[in-house]
Amino acid sequence: MNWLSPGESEALQLSLIVATRGVLAALPFAVLLAWMLSRHRFVGSIVLDALVHLPLVLPPVVTGYLLLLTFGTRGAIGGWLDRTLDIRLIFTRNGAALATAVMTFPFMVRAMRLSLENVDRGLEDAARTLGAGPLDRFATVTLPLMLPGILAGVITAFSAGLGEFGAVITFVSNIPGETRTLPLALYTALQSPGGDAAAARLAGMSLTLGVCGLVLAEWLGRRTRRMLGR
Amino acid sequence: MLRVAVQKRRGSFELDARFEMPTPGVVALFGRSGCGKSTLVEIIAGLLEADSGLVQLDDEVLLDTRRRLDVPPERRRIGYVFQDARLFPHLNVESNLRYAQKRAVGASFVSFESTIDLLGLAPLLARRTHQLSGGERQRVAIARALLTQPRLLLLDEPLASLDAAKSAELLPYLESLRDRLAIPMVYVSHDFEEVLRLATHIVLIERGLVVAQGGIGEMNLRQELRAIIGADAVGAIVDGQVLGIDAAGLTRVRVGFGELRLRAPGAAIGATLRIQILARDVIVASQAPQNLSVRNVLEATVGAVTDDDDEADLISLDIGATPILARITKAATRELSLRPGMPAWALIKAVSLRGRSFTSPAFPDA
Repeated sequence: MNWLSPGESEALQLSLIVATRGVLAALPFAVLLAWMLSRHRFVGSIVLDALVHLPLVLPPVVTGYLLLLTFGTRGAIGGWLDRTLDIRLIFTRNGAALATAVMTFPFMVRAMRLSLENVDRGLEDAARTLGAGPLDRFATVTLPLMLPGILAGVITAFSAGLGEFGAVITFVSNIPGETRTLPLALYTALQSPGGDAAAARLAGMSLTLGVCGLVLAEWLGRRTRRMLGR
Repeated sequence: MLRVAVQKRRGSFELDARFEMPTPGVVALFGRSGCGKSTLVEIIAGLLEADSGLVQLDDEVLLDTRRRLDVPPERRRIGYVFQDARLFPHLNVESNLRYAQKRAVGASFVSFESTIDLLGLAPLLARRTHQLSGGERQRVAIARALLTQPRLLLLDEPLASLDAAKSAELLPYLESLRDRLAIPMVYVSHDFEEVLRLATHIVLIERGLVVAQGGIGEMNLRQELRAIIGADAVGAIVDGQVLGIDAAGLTRVRVGFGELRLRAPGAAIGATLRIQILARDVIVASQAPQNLSVRNVLEATVGAVTDDDDEADLISLDIGATPILARITKAATRELSLRPGMPAWALIKAVSLRGRSFTSPAFPDA
């Protein structure tokens, strides 16, 4: 990639790392929440649902600020992590991954919930009569059948995560080589004199990645649906 | 013995069903659509919670609401064949079957190979489930249920989603299931033909209530059944032993004290043949008839004479086995002055008889 400057390819790599970590960390929680929200009516389910979707309606800066409050070294969770496990999220790429995860979480939960609602409950009943207990049923019937939604959610979240800006810059700042992801590098280039060409290259790259992600999501979705005979 | 006594309210619908059947045997839950048959099997399987009641299979209690005992479906060891098969779409046919086999507990009475053989599945194993025809799907579903080594098999209208040709194709598989494996079955149906071919017992359900139950022979004499199947389908079901073939190519079958001749190609000597004798096909004579074209004349004693409708009476004739029924006009009853206890002759045309091989497992006739 010699048409990119070292700083630019670093930003690309960092974006990929941050988005991957963010998605992987959020995945189990997203599956669990999608399952809880679509299969169970419990006290507070409306509140939980709203909470999951909050990042969609909140200005990203506010999300970043809230993350700063809770996961900063003086925040409730951040302080505890720092003291007991020596984990620091603020100003680190893992912090960027967390901000990405929170911002893209609604996409994942939404896609998974939709596909979970399409899973025929009768098939789970059939599994029961074949001797499958609750965990067994979930792993061998429910999970494979909601696979299209999981894939769609993961790819959408990943693509969106590559370009997460507001929450990331607020929470972990703009540190070259640590938290300066693609959009942050683009923003920096626009701020510096003579950075137009770099900005254009970074924007083009973001565009390409985004389109690739959406096409891949659609293609995988069709493939898995065909596999499931729908 | 399967004992069921359950109550369930669903909106304005109320199910209050009690029945018992000897095991092994095939009990048909018979009634019109929406009478609560499916609800009842779901409760037996444990998929639906009963408001109150008891389900007991042999000496194991599966549900007893008074003792707060409710074995979950995954531990009831009851096989369930759903109306819509419910094969797993993400697995191929073989994996669907292995899914059940892997989770089977307890003594196994069918092997993977024998089940595939019984239901003719060998050519389908590698197929995806959406590439199967309706009949094939049901065969896979039946095999899958069998491979859990169930103590009881529930079949919820397995033929309902198939057209006439497809269900005619599947029926022989169900018959061999009954004859070759001594597994108790509960068969839900609203089709009396199916019930005749498969069942040893009938539980008649109407609007959530069991209105009659009993062995298939005696049930045919019940008015409650007639109300559902219609006057034309009323008749007796008698099981007879094949004696041989006569010079004219008709199969001779011992029934009670007498003998019937009918066309039943392929029936082996000594085999049990289940014969349906429709009441409208039976002619009654009060004297021994002579010079008739009718092949079948059975000596009988008149049993009950009951009012069938405005025009006709239903005469029950004791022939030494299950009584047969004759539907004759009221005028005929008067002219012959038929009364219980008097001798009579039942005349049945051979062409109106249909015999089906039926090798029922040993079960006490309830």
